[in-house]
Amino acid sequence: MTEEKEIICIGCPIGCKVVGIFNAQKLIDIKGYQCERGREYAIKEFTNPVRVLSTTVRIEGAMVPLLPVKTTGPIPKKMLFRCMKFLAQVVVYAPVKMGDVIVKDILGTGVDVVATRTLERMERKI
Amino acid sequence: MEYVDVAVIGGGPAGMAAAVAAKENGAERVMIIERDRGLGGILQQCIHPGFGLHYFKEELTGPEYAERFIRKVEELGIETKLDTMVLDIDKSRKIHYVNPEEGVGYLEAGAVVLAMGCRERTRGAINIPGTRPAGIFTAGTAQRLINMDGLIPGRKLVILGSGDVGLIMARRFTLEGAEVKAVVEIMPYPNGLARNIMQCLIDFDIPLLLSHTVTRIFGKERVEGVEISQVDENFNPIPGTEEYIECDTLLLSVGLIPENELSEKAGVELDPVTNGPVVDEFRQTSLEGIFAAGNVLQVHDLVDDVSKEAEITGRSAALYAKGELRAREILMKAIPGENVRYVVPQILRRGDGHVEFFMRVTKPMERVKLVIRNSDVSFKRLFARPGEMMKVKLRESHFKRLKGKKEIIFDIVEDDD
Amino acid sequence: MVLQKFDVIIIGAGVAGAAIARELSRYELKVALLEKNPDVSFGTTKANSGVIHAGYDPHPEKIMARLNVKGTALYPNLCEELDVPFKNTGSLVIAFPGEEKALDELLERGKKNGVPGLKIVGKDELLRLEPKINKNASRALYAPTAGIISPYELTIALVENAVMNGVELYLNTETTDIEVEKGKAKAVVTTKGRFYADYIINAAGLFADEISKMVGIDYFKITPRKGEYLLFDKKIKLVSRPCFPVPTEITKGILVNITVEGNPLIGPNAQDVELKDDIATTREGLQEVIKGARKLVPEIPMKYVIRNFAGLRAIPSTGDFIIEAYKEVKGFINVAGICSPGLSAAPAIALEVVEILKNEGLKLKEKRDFNPRRKKRIRFRELPDKEKERLIKEDPRYGHIICRCETVTEREVIDAIREGATTVDGIKFRTRAGMGRCQGGFCLPRIILLLARELGVEPVKITKYGGASVITPLRVKEILLQRKA
Repeated sequence: MTEEKEIICIGCPIGCKVVGIFNAQKLIDIKGYQCERGREYAIKEFTNPVRVLSTTVRIEGAMVPLLPVKTTGPIPKKMLFRCMKFLAQVVVYAPVKMGDVIVKDILGTGVDVVATRTLERMERKI
Repeated sequence: MEYVDVAVIGGGPAGMAAAVAAKENGAERVMIIERDRGLGGILQQCIHPGFGLHYFKEELTGPEYAERFIRKVEELGIETKLDTMVLDIDKSRKIHYVNPEEGVGYLEAGAVVLAMGCRERTRGAINIPGTRPAGIFTAGTAQRLINMDGLIPGRKLVILGSGDVGLIMARRFTLEGAEVKAVVEIMPYPNGLARNIMQCLIDFDIPLLLSHTVTRIFGKERVEGVEISQVDENFNPIPGTEEYIECDTLLLSVGLIPENELSEKAGVELDPVTNGPVVDEFRQTSLEGIFAAGNVLQVHDLVDDVSKEAEITGRSAALYAKGELRAREILMKAIPGENVRYVVPQILRRGDGHVEFFMRVTKPMERVKLVIRNSDVSFKRLFARPGEMMKVKLRESHFKRLKGKKEIIFDIVEDDD
Repeated sequence: MVLQKFDVIIIGAGVAGAAIARELSRYELKVALLEKNPDVSFGTTKANSGVIHAGYDPHPEKIMARLNVKGTALYPNLCEELDVPFKNTGSLVIAFPGEEKALDELLERGKKNGVPGLKIVGKDELLRLEPKINKNASRALYAPTAGIISPYELTIALVENAVMNGVELYLNTETTDIEVEKGKAKAVVTTKGRFYADYIINAAGLFADEISKMVGIDYFKITPRKGEYLLFDKKIKLVSRPCFPVPTEITKGILVNITVEGNPLIGPNAQDVELKDDIATTREGLQEVIKGARKLVPEIPMKYVIRNFAGLRAIPSTGDFIIEAYKEVKGFINVAGICSPGLSAAPAIALEVVEILKNEGLKLKEKRDFNPRRKKRIRFRELPDKEKERLIKEDPRYGHIICRCETVTEREVIDAIREGATTVDGIKFRTRAGMGRCQGGFCLPRIILLLARELGVEPVKITKYGGASVITPLRVKEILLQRKA
């Protein structure tokens, strides 16, 4: 049974629609790309899609209750929710500097989670 | 009264970039007046990446992009008044403000930069009938709640509008564990960037319903559901196409409106299409010494463009404060022509050098030619999309070919060459 | 369960109940005002045109007519005492060719009702007064005593003054039954306990017939009649005073109006509905309102709409206000069917009820220390610089702006909470935070956090107007943490 999946290539602003054709979950063909970069991106997307995760973790002792964070590199798309759940348990304490590592090698992905904002030690303000 | 050379109203990306440019171009005292408790503006709640690809050649999150400028502001010794609300500005560039430390204050400025950003269009403004329960939010407010205040507005959402803010929120809510049942878009094409359609909707199997709109809200005290309908070519709901979607939250991403209350009070002329000030290539408004940058001038898609635009504004403001930007006659007007919604800047005072024009097309088009009417000046583009601001740089050579024109009319047409 | 004994209990803190409470607070009486919602004025009182009518509209034989004219005359003084913004704008009923006779009838009726200063103005004068009116209009009835007011601000002020003078306010207290013993109403049974009283006043608005039925008096029915409205940004101007079309038998018509704050307001239409909580606006209803408004003012700039809403009129099946005591059940007074001109008549209704109570045997001794004045409310945005400066020096929270569209300060929000607001709408009605062009887009998160902080509750408990109207039901990460892997 062949199955088709469509993605939008984000390699350049054109945003070609690329279709991947699968047989029993295996990628057998791709159509619609207009350049080599697009083809490579599509193959990666269809076989092992990865994403950078950006989210927040709770912080105490700062002006706001949340610290924005991101992964230092992309992680497998299928690990996004597990990472979200893991990070939901994390609480950090101000002061934190942008770039500080909040979680090293999250869930064995080899990727760190770092702060994307500097928050001084300060009382919560409305 | 305290005097500053350049006063910047708004400490978001536009304000900070303008302040930095002003200082780098010789303005002595530059001050940013910001109503929030810290600098960064809307960027602080935009925790996702996608910023700085052009400006810094790096992909940054909103807070990271903001921090680059916050550091620059500190390094350059630009002054800031935080937690300060400007009540009004007048033609003579006198600024009237309040804050908890000073009480009521007045400031006189050599030049003023308007960088107040924009606000969101509301449910009332698009006239959705139905009940008025809790659970209806504009996307930006929901973003603030979930990314900065630590509060989730609801568990089951419908999002009206496929602009970038709505798409980003679709992803954000999904990642935080909520269920986004659909993104509903009145146009027959999506509004936001293709990469956001991909990474916010397709990634999470969130349905995108084009040519649909929300026609009624249900729920006594909290949203219980919405009725959506298909629309025709005139965007009127087609009777019989109504569908009910059960949800507890409706997010509205239906447009941004430049926040020009202060500008209007001062007497600045606004462009009725952009809802921002009419400006010349120096980003000076109809009032001398008052300049504008960022979303207050025209709603941008990329913060990188905001920073670039603000550099022009900041530089011009500094020169004006130093007495080096002389008043000049209006030489030419830039007018939106066929398929063009608006053009910024609307006015040119010098018909030389080079000027970058920003514009938006009225409908999506493929393989187009951007033509200046009744001239031989034209540019080719692979595509034109309403959700992606177009830029075109006119250089000295172009201006030579446009000499004598009082109006340069931009048309966007299909390229059949 | 609470046991309380009062001289008078008033059921319903809408404008009628509030006005009665304030009037009774002049006397040495133990008075309780019961309200089922978390705040006062949350029923019909908050969703109407805000017009104080001159009084030419009701037919002379109705008590509506007498009480309207009497009530309207009391407003200027009342609003001065209570520091409630009131503008004596006058009003216009606009006639088109062919409708002149109807206008003359209104004039006659008005004169019969004792309405002062009524006159017919011609087209030139009409267009001078209101330049945006349809140029096809031929003449208008001008009523100089009419005005505009914020009905919820008035109600909040009446209750504040009543409480200041000793009335006890019970919010979130819904009446479920009234006990009658030997032909005398004895006690009001509520969700918060039993309240005993010598006299019980039913000012329960849409539910007045249901309350009356509790004591066996069920000869009338209250029908909810919906009116939809569109509110506009105050930066545009349509009219300076309420402008009416020539009325029909069931409604005064769709007005082009202005609120006391300066926002243009159009509406209401009139549609009987089934349910007493059906306050949804409808596509057809809003279109009807726009169409009706365009008849009076052709240029209605839809670009500047900021809100649509609807209210329900409590229409009495008897066709007139029902303000009376009964032989069959002593100690029970109905104040029912207070539809338009209910707001205008409210101060007079209160006086009427006091008369009835007197006739029913209630001893009224005036309080020596009755204070008719409410402390002036601080509206930061309206103050001159020196005042703003003084306040901020006194309390820096006056310098921290929460609502940028209406320039509302943190201290004003805190004061509103101290005065009894526990909901976002309660803050809105007291301070105007959330009523501007961005409709709370900027201030809502801050209001939620302030309410939570001041009330000492979690932000996830804060509601828009009580009950299930929680705004942000979850803390961030809560859904993720609840999930199984």
